[in-house]
Amino acid sequence: MTTNPFDADRPPERTRRGKGQRRSDQNGGGRRRDESLMVPDVSFDSYYGRHIVKPAPWGKEIAAYLFLGGVAAGSALLAAGGRALGYPALRRVGRVAAIGAATLGGGALAKDLGKPSRALNMMRTVKLTSPMSVGSWILTAFSGFSSLALASEVTQAVTERSHGGATRSGGSALARVVRILEVVDGPATAGAALFAPPLAAYTAVLLADTATPTWHESYRELPFVFVSSANLAAAGLALVAVPTAQNGPARKLAAVSALTETLAFERMQEKLGPVLSEPLRTGKSGRLLRASKALTIAGAVGSVALGRSRVGAAVSGIALMAGSVCLRFGVFEAGMVSAIDPKYTVEPQRQRLAARRAAGVVDDSITTAR
Amino acid sequence: MGFWRNQLSGPTNPAADAAWDRHEARKGFFTDTSICIGCKACEVACKEWNGVPEDGLDLLNQSYDNTGALGASTWRHVAFVEQTSDRIEQARESGRRLVALGMPTVRGADQLTPAETPPAAAAPGPTDPAIPDMRWLMASDVCKHCTHAACLDVCPTGALFRTEFGTVVVQDDVCNGCGYCVAACPFGVIERRRGDEGHESTGQSHGISIKGAPSGGSHQNPPSYAASNGEVKNVGIAQKCTLCYDRLGAGQTPACAQACPTTSIKFGDLDELRATARARVAELHDLGFSEARLYGVDDNDGVGGTGSTFLLLDEPEIYGLPPDPRVTTADLPDMFRKAGYAGLAMLGLAAASFVGRRR
Repeated sequence: MTTNPFDADRPPERTRRGKGQRRSDQNGGGRRRDESLMVPDVSFDSYYGRHIVKPAPWGKEIAAYLFLGGVAAGSALLAAGGRALGYPALRRVGRVAAIGAATLGGGALAKDLGKPSRALNMMRTVKLTSPMSVGSWILTAFSGFSSLALASEVTQAVTERSHGGATRSGGSALARVVRILEVVDGPATAGAALFAPPLAAYTAVLLADTATPTWHESYRELPFVFVSSANLAAAGLALVAVPTAQNGPARKLAAVSALTETLAFERMQEKLGPVLSEPLRTGKSGRLLRASKALTIAGAVGSVALGRSRVGAAVSGIALMAGSVCLRFGVFEAGMVSAIDPKYTVEPQRQRLAARRAAGVVDDSITTAR
Repeated sequence: MGFWRNQLSGPTNPAADAAWDRHEARKGFFTDTSICIGCKACEVACKEWNGVPEDGLDLLNQSYDNTGALGASTWRHVAFVEQTSDRIEQARESGRRLVALGMPTVRGADQLTPAETPPAAAAPGPTDPAIPDMRWLMASDVCKHCTHAACLDVCPTGALFRTEFGTVVVQDDVCNGCGYCVAACPFGVIERRRGDEGHESTGQSHGISIKGAPSGGSHQNPPSYAASNGEVKNVGIAQKCTLCYDRLGAGQTPACAQACPTTSIKFGDLDELRATARARVAELHDLGFSEARLYGVDDNDGVGGTGSTFLLLDEPEIYGLPPDPRVTTADLPDMFRKAGYAGLAMLGLAAASFVGRRR
């Protein structure tokens, strides 16, 4: 085989690994033959059907975070309401869920980084043009307030159970901590509730502030979809974990949020138009979003109708949470589809360019004749 | 308010906006694809100078392209498109329409409809060169170094920064690989580098996936020699063209422009390059090549003009360039406003659910 004296200096042949199959490598540097590389038929113009914008290099962790962040935000609001209006079980569950989901979500975010060891670099600057930077600070503030609220909850439970107030009046270090936590309980709850809506809403901006066509063009309605989904997930969790005597607010929240989400989602699809909403209706993302709709409506109806029975409440709650999971993964997946297929980049851009030209605006095209 | 206007869109001087007090002329590329011969010297020179790892030597079985698209380890990408005469006719026709658009004094833009413009075959101008049976388009693509760079704006760590030359560069030691810039770039340029130790161990990288192909992309490069030897640096970190920031600082020409044997890649002050580009496209039009057009020279476009400009011979999407890119952060104030309303709605919904009789 070797005919050239310089062949001896070549680096070793690379092993070629295909997807699940090993191709024989007998013809040395011969050209690859692979049916999947055939140029597909595309109705619009593109460079061999390749995508123009790149899909976000994000794994399922990010979709999971969208859900967990929603659970955390909604739960903090339920906890605040529960504290103010006397639903102790709702308050307790809400506080645990808020910090628990926020912690899990933060972990998911760090895991998805290319360099997880540099996760704290998120904190080296505050950058208003980066929804991810803004979101990191929102999550940090929310987690701070939520952990204080949980600490207060825990010490309350401990002191009530063990000494019946004896620890509180003592002069020990523990007693001082208990007294401080009693004072910060209110501000911590209010702080968590204040940062909850930004936590639920910023993830929509996070997705929309990209070149991913379906995400970006849905920026007007996506925040409303996401906050409703956050409420639904938190209401679902509360329905599962809170005794029926105290789940009234969760049931109402499920009903109104399901309505809001459905309306906002319909409007979003409508505004996206037939091309850009296609990923929301078809394929895996379409299936997820249809499942989400069914689960959400069933869960909301169930929580209103059967929420006074323990089993009915729990089943409805699970349906609501599952609906929220499906929504987040569905929207996430739809964005990926819209980035990977160049059709979703080229067609809408061509259309808006043509529309502007038809309206007489000819000076803002990136392509010019001179 | 003067400073804040045009921070997110519109014509501006990006280096001044980034608060540089050193005044350097904005630098850029003009890539004249009409004289590109597809030798890939730019790709090689870039890799050599910047230590960019190998990312695929095999041809893609579609053309003479072996890198597919710009990516973490492809900072210059030479595109190859083979076209037959009918496609060339279309390109010439769309170029004529573009010329007509650009001269509203000669022909009102409002009167212009596709039907009105003469079909290419019916009315070739007296000087129009004959349409060949086929042609090869070759174009060396590169980071656009946008006036309004979405990658830079969305970077949460500040790893991406604007240089005194108006270019956009990643700081390898700051980037934590969040990948936000990858999704934000309207041109699909920047990418997270994958490798053995990094996050991206699966075949999603490389900017390649073909519609209808099995998931994970169709072009699965085998692990490169360098990767298997642990020689790949900056794994898991966003990477893209730096316009050879190190060379610029020493008054040198970027490696790709230096290596280009046909001067298809020109480097210099952006103002001068744009003048060169305009002169060149006018020259080609005079010769009858109405398909020639410029890409990125207009400061009023969706990204505020680009630092890397191109002379193309067909529609941009043929080369894998977006036909009407728009920096995503231009809409950011409106996005935050909508999110604010949504947040208030969320508070309202929660408050409403506590209203009314208990249980």
